This record gives sequence, C-alpha cells and structure tokens, in this order.
Amino acid sequence: MKILVCISKAPDTTSKIAFTDGNSKFDENGVTYIVNPYDEWYALVRALELKETLGGNVTVVSVGGADYEPIIRKALAIGADDAVRIDAAESDSLFVAKQIAAYAKAQSFDIIFCGKETINFNGSIVPGMVAELLDMPYVALAHKIDVAGNTATIEREVTGGVEVLEVATPFVISAAKGMAEQRIPNMRGIMAARTKPLATIAAADAQPSTTLKSYSLPPAKSGCKYITPENAGDLIKMLHEEAKAL
Amino acid sequence: MSVLVFADHHHGKFPKGSLEAVSYAKKVAEQLGTDVVAITYGTLSGDGGLGSAGASKVLRSALTSASDSQQMTRVIVAAASQANADVVVFAHDIAGKLIAPRVAARLDAGLVPGATSLPDASFSVKKNVFSGKAIAEITMNTAKKVITVLPNSFALENNGTTAAVEDFSADAGAAGVKVKEVKIDSKDGEIPLPEAELVVSAGRGMKGPEHWGQVEELAKILGAATACSRPVADIGWRPHHEHVGQTGITIRPNLYIAIGISGAIQHLAGVNGSKTIVVINKDPEAPFFKAADYGIVGDAFEVLPRIIEGAKQFVANK
Ligand SMILES: Cc1cc2nc3c(=O)[nH]c(=O)nc-3n(C[C@H](O)[C@H](O)[C@H](O)COP(=O)(O)OP(=O)(O)OC[C@H]3O[C@@H](n4cnc5c(N)ncnc54)[C@H](O)[C@@H]3O)c2cc1C
Ligand SMILES: Nc1ncnc2c1ncn2[C@@H]1O[C@H](COP(=O)(O)O)[C@@H](O)[C@H]1O
Repeated sequence: MKILVCISKAPDTTSKIAFTDGNSKFDENGVTYIVNPYDEWYALVRALELKETLGGNVTVVSVGGADYEPIIRKALAIGADDAVRIDAAESDSLFVAKQIAAYAKAQSFDIIFCGKETINFNGSIVPGMVAELLDMPYVALAHKIDVAGNTATIEREVTGGVEVLEVATPFVISAAKGMAEQRIPNMRGIMAARTKPLATIAAADAQPSTTLKSYSLPPAKSGCKYITPENAGDLIKMLHEEAKAL
Repeated sequence: MSVLVFADHHHGKFPKGSLEAVSYAKKVAEQLGTDVVAITYGTLSGDGGLGSAGASKVLRSALTSASDSQQMTRVIVAAASQANADVVVFAHDIAGKLIAPRVAARLDAGLVPGATSLPDASFSVKKNVFSGKAIAEITMNTAKKVITVLPNSFALENNGTTAAVEDFSADAGAAGVKVKEVKIDSKDGEIPLPEAELVVSAGRGMKGPEHWGQVEELAKILGAATACSRPVADIGWRPHHEHVGQTGITIRPNLYIAIGISGAIQHLAGVNGSKTIVVINKDPEAPFFKAADYGIVGDAFEVLPRIIEGAKQFVANK
C-alpha cells in the first residue's frame, strides 16, 4: 500500500482570532500552529494503521512555506515514513489541490488521505478537487475504512444513517471523527523524525481562483439575560414571546 | 445563460438545505437577469417543491444516488454546459461537500464553500472561517463560479409555482464507488441534528448517562434534536453523532439550550452560529455565559424539571 496523507497546519484551537493590515491578514502574533486535527488524529493515524497491517509506505505532503517544517516533522514523529513540502503560499483551495494533484500524478499512490476540513478555512473542498484533477473516486467525511487487496470498505454518515461503500484503489478519502484514535508521538518517534527524508519541491504553475477581500469578526452578543432558577419555568414562554426562538 | 443549482433529496423529499440553495440561486439569477435551472436525479414526485423555491426548470438525471461523485460531477458539468451556466450552486451539506469541489475543479472555477451572503458586484461572498470565530469575504476571480450555501442562512422562497421536469441524459461514465448498504440509525421521527431548528444539548455537568432522561424529555416536548459535548461522547454517555464542536459537527439552529456544558472555545466553535443560546450552569463563571442570550445559574437537576413543566404548558396552550 502506497499511501499519501495531505497535511495542513492550523492555529491552535485556543488561538485568539484577530486581523492586521486593514483586516486582510490573520494576525499570527502569539499564535502557535498545530497539525490540522482531522489530518493528524484521523487521516494520518488510520493511514499508519493500514500500513502496519498491510505493509507499504506513508508519505505526507503539505503545500506551504518553510514555516510548515515543524508541522511536517510532527507528522513524521507520529510515524509517517517520508515527507514532501511543495514550496508555495497556500493561496487558495483550487491552487493547493492543483499542487497536490501535480505531485501525486507521477507517484501512483493507492490511497490519498485528507482531513474532513481545515479548522481555519473550514472548506472541506481540497480533497474533492484533488480527486477530480486525478480522475479518482472520492469518499468524503468517512469515519471508517478497511482495506483488503485493492478494495476498500468505507463508511460515511448520510441523512438518517450510515452508508457502506466499496471502492477500488486508487481513490481519495477525507477523514472525519471516529476513523482512528489520536496518537501521541513518543521520544523515539521524535528522534527518528529528525532524520526522515523531507523533500522540498517547486510548485507547479497555477493561478489562485479566489482571493481574500477582507476578514471581519461576528457581531458581539448584546449580553446575557439572566433568569433565576426559581423562575426557570418561565424560560420557554420568554423564548417564544421575546426571542421568537420557538 | 442561467444559474444551475444541484438539488439533493432523500427518497424524493428535498430537505430545507436543498430548497434554500435553490432560493439562493434564484437571488443570484435575479442579479444576473436570468433564470434558475435545477439539476436533480432519481425518482421524484412532481417537481418536489423546487419550482416554488425558485427554479424555472428541473432537469432530472436517471442516476439513482448522489453517492458516486464522479458520475454526478459528469452529469452536473453536462447540465451546466446545456444550461449555459457560469454559476453553479449547491447546499453546503453531505452531497454538496462531496460533489461541488469536483465540479469546481472540472470547470476550473473558484469555489466559496459555506456562503452566508449573496455575491456582491465583484462576485465576493462571505463565509465563516476559524470555526465560526470570524468571517471572510472571498472574491471569485474565474469565469465560472461555484458556491455552496450554508444551511439555515437564507430565507426560503415560496412562490407557489411548479417547474417543468425534463429528463436529462448525460454520459455519467462508469461508477467508481459501489453502495453496499445503508444502515439506518435514526429512530423514526428523530430529527437529524444538522437539520434541526431546535437543539437541547448537555455536557459533563449531567454527571452520567442515567440522567439524560430529562434532557430527552425536554427535547421531545419541544420537537428538538439532542446534542452533547465531546467528553460526553468520548466516554460513551451519548452516541458520537451527537458530538458538536470544532471536532464534531457544526450546527446553527434557531435555539440551542446548553445544560451543564462549560462552553470551551472548541465547543463554541460548533454552536456559535445558533440564533438564540440558552445556558444552564451552576457555575456563574462558566465561559458559556459570555456567548449566551439567556442564562440560568443553577443546578440542572433543580432547574430542568421546572423548564420541562413550562414547556408542557407552552405546548398545551399552543
Ligand atoms: C483540539 C481540541 C478539540 C476539541 N473539540 C471539541 C468539540 O468539538 N466539542 C466539544 O464539546 N469539546 C471539544 N473539546 C474539549 C473542550 O475543550 C472541553 O473540554 C469540553 O467541551 C468540555 O465539555 P463539558 O462542558 O461537557 O465538560 P466540563 O468542562 O467538565 O464542564 C461541565 C460543566 O457543567 C457544569 N455543571 C456541573 N454540575 C452541574 C449541575 N449539577 N448543574 C449545572 N451545571 C453543572 C460545570 O460548572 C461545568 O461548567 C476539544 C478540545 C481540544 C483540545
Ligand atoms: N496546504 C495544504 N497542504 C496539504 N494538504 C492540505 C492543505 N490544505 C488543505 N489540505 C488538505 O485538505 C483537507 C481539507 O482542507 P479544506 O478544503 O481547506 O477544508 C485538509 O484536512 C488537508 O488534508
């Protein structure tokens, strides 16, 4: 099994969200970056489990600048075999997808794993774009995958239930919660990651299809109206009459 | 020229999110001085309400499921070409997330996922980013444009008309995925959480799964869905599909009642789009109160029976 895992970086979930340069740039001041949780906890760990049972190789790929290196090293410490960084700014989803597809095209991976979404852009779109650019089947938001031979059995949530799908390799999958359990890298893994291969390759020629115009913060709540526990029985009536929520 | 919208359905019934996408497409079409063509598939009864939501014409593909994204993409791309559509709209739901990015890649189109505003003159659209903690306005620079519409963000049009349904045949190509089975997990009449307008949610403050009876009772009286915080799903007090937040599902109901949940930033990320938030917590310092519209500082076990009583009276008088 030759597996590719697409890893993106995301601000730590407790980061303060603020903007600079006339609200056109995310303020990175004091922000620490983590591996996007869906990519790390679910996509990468399940890829490693499949490799451990079926044999093979797990490569991680990121599209980004040199600041991506600690993120990629973390993925290597968790257990990926090697890594590739495509050296370009993450200007837009289709641009990122084109970079990943251009790299993967020449490599014949059996499975390309992505996360369900990045927690900063919340797009859920890069993996589907990669699949189309490579003309591969795609299963989105999957929470279970098993592989036997060249056939994978995958589960994903659909309206009112769970759909069980069968897909032949090669394909693209995006991982949602439930696919695996988070792994904490151990000291040996962290040491080994320092010497694992991390190649930097030049970006393919592509133009961003979208541009960011500006950021803003959601309007603040006008404040909380308190009801005493004794009057809790009035809550529903208030929700109906005042808030029109019922 | 027209605006194309993909309308997914569930056994012939179009969920609100699909109809909202049609109404959104209609608004975009009005801006561009054109009409909406809807593309759907499988067995329908009549136009399924798509006409009333804003479609002038409905194209129906013979595909029986939207699970194969390659096949559905080929059909939608063919429909976009026939309808001469430069803008393709989807709901930002299970089908939209699966298929819209493929269609965008095929059309070499910019895509804004989860739109919360109509395009302005420069074709810029707003979307939530940083898990609801901020809003980004994004401009599509390409000739073709794809937009997925965030459910529960736009009003439904209901113009009372019916659209003509035409069979649409396009070469869908070979299937890449095979649906082996669909395991139904929601009980009859249970409301799927992502579509629910009213949600009653509880956290670790409930102390144990044996105390969820009151949470379920309140939800049942109000016709609400139930949800929970992540630790509660992780310890197995509640099923995983109820977990809301940054690493669970994101919901934006009209009403979110949070009982015994502290309001950690990762939890808020999944629920801060709710229109009205009620927080019940015995700790007045719980961070959730900062995001609340209504708060009750008190013991859930004391407060809940009173709320349930009030809810019963409310329903009885309705
Ligand atoms: C990367 C990351 C991602 C995460 N993703 C999510 C996510 O998606 N969703 C999520 O929910 N969490 C998530 N978390 C966890 C989050 O940080 C919190 O730990 C979690 O939300 C806390 O759950 P809780 O509020 O149920 O429990 P607690 O924090 O233990 O809070 C329980 C609350 O109940 C109150 N209480 C206790 N007894 C009573 C009573 N008798 N009556 C009334 N109130 C009472 C307490 O005052 C307290 O405020 C994530 C964490 C990380 C690090
Ligand atoms: N810059 C990137 N480099 C590598 N993979 C990425 C990058 N951005 C997004 N991805 C992958 O695509 C998934 C979905 O991202 P998004 O469409 O931005 O929500 C992520 O979970 C990653 O697996």
